[in-house]
Amino acid sequence: MGKYKKPANILLFVVCVILGIMLATQFKSAEQARSTLSQQRAEDLVDRLKEAEKEKKALAEELKKLQSESTVDISAQERIALKSKAGEVALVGPGVKVTVDDSKVVAKPGDNANLYIIHDDDLLRLINELRAAGAEAISINDQRLLDVSEIRCAGPTVSVNNNRFTPPYVIAAIGDPKTLESALRLRGGVVDTLKFWGITVNVEKGEAITVPAYKGTRHFEYAKVKDGDKQ
Amino acid sequence: MIYLVIGVAAGVLIGMQLPNVPPEYIKLLSVALMAALDAALGGIRAAKEDVFDSEIFISGFFVNAIMAVFICFMGMKLGIDLYLVAILAFGLRMFTNIAIIRRLYLKK
Repeated sequence: MGKYKKPANILLFVVCVILGIMLATQFKSAEQARSTLSQQRAEDLVDRLKEAEKEKKALAEELKKLQSESTVDISAQERIALKSKAGEVALVGPGVKVTVDDSKVVAKPGDNANLYIIHDDDLLRLINELRAAGAEAISINDQRLLDVSEIRCAGPTVSVNNNRFTPPYVIAAIGDPKTLESALRLRGGVVDTLKFWGITVNVEKGEAITVPAYKGTRHFEYAKVKDGDKQ
Repeated sequence: MIYLVIGVAAGVLIGMQLPNVPPEYIKLLSVALMAALDAALGGIRAAKEDVFDSEIFISGFFVNAIMAVFICFMGMKLGIDLYLVAILAFGLRMFTNIAIIRRLYLKK
């Protein structure tokens, strides 16, 4: 110590100060980067989810309030009638519950395994048959089917109202139970064809089938009411 | 030696008060840090060998740090991890310097 000349000491001191500043900054930044990436992300997401749920609740309450205050001349009865036609309320009534599951039969070698699983078009045929038989409200796995609902193949799943489902699929339909059932069980009809491939179709009649309300939101981006039809 | 310890301690205290560096510049800072470490060790070694030259020391310190940051920055733009090169070079030099400093201390 003190062996070397003065400028060396001072310069080394200055460099060491800079070094210390860099060390501290680097340490802090690295620490922050580490914690933000893994844990805080999960915590963040939970927080955001909670916030979104709170917001949703508040908005739902506001909607209720506004609806009760609304000055538009629509009676509550009329509103309920319109809403039930739009699929925005849950409906209950006699009908059938159809449970469809993949075939338990193992495909023989050389057979197309695709024939033994349920596809979107099998579901569409079932739905079509139910509609033709006068079903008033239909849902698949608690997703209400509206005029805009899709039933579409999405890889190994089927997408309904943009929610993906795997088998078994439960179709609930409100209507005359007898008509609905016989429409499905027609000889050579849908159920017959599906059963040929070992796909299990279970049709149950019920006196109180519940079809839930449509959970999403709908708005028209392109469509407008035609001038002549405005009241 | 006391100067060095006090210097680092003072630097850490100041650094703690400074705002954090945005994450995308951490690599640049780490390279500059290695350059500074290397310069400090080189300075100690030169002082021990009694060949300390303040001009060489200061110019070496700043030019090395700035060049290292520049190379690293270029690497980030080009998508090449050039900061690894800088860290490796400085790391090797640090170890050489430490070895020489150790020997100089033991010789006494």
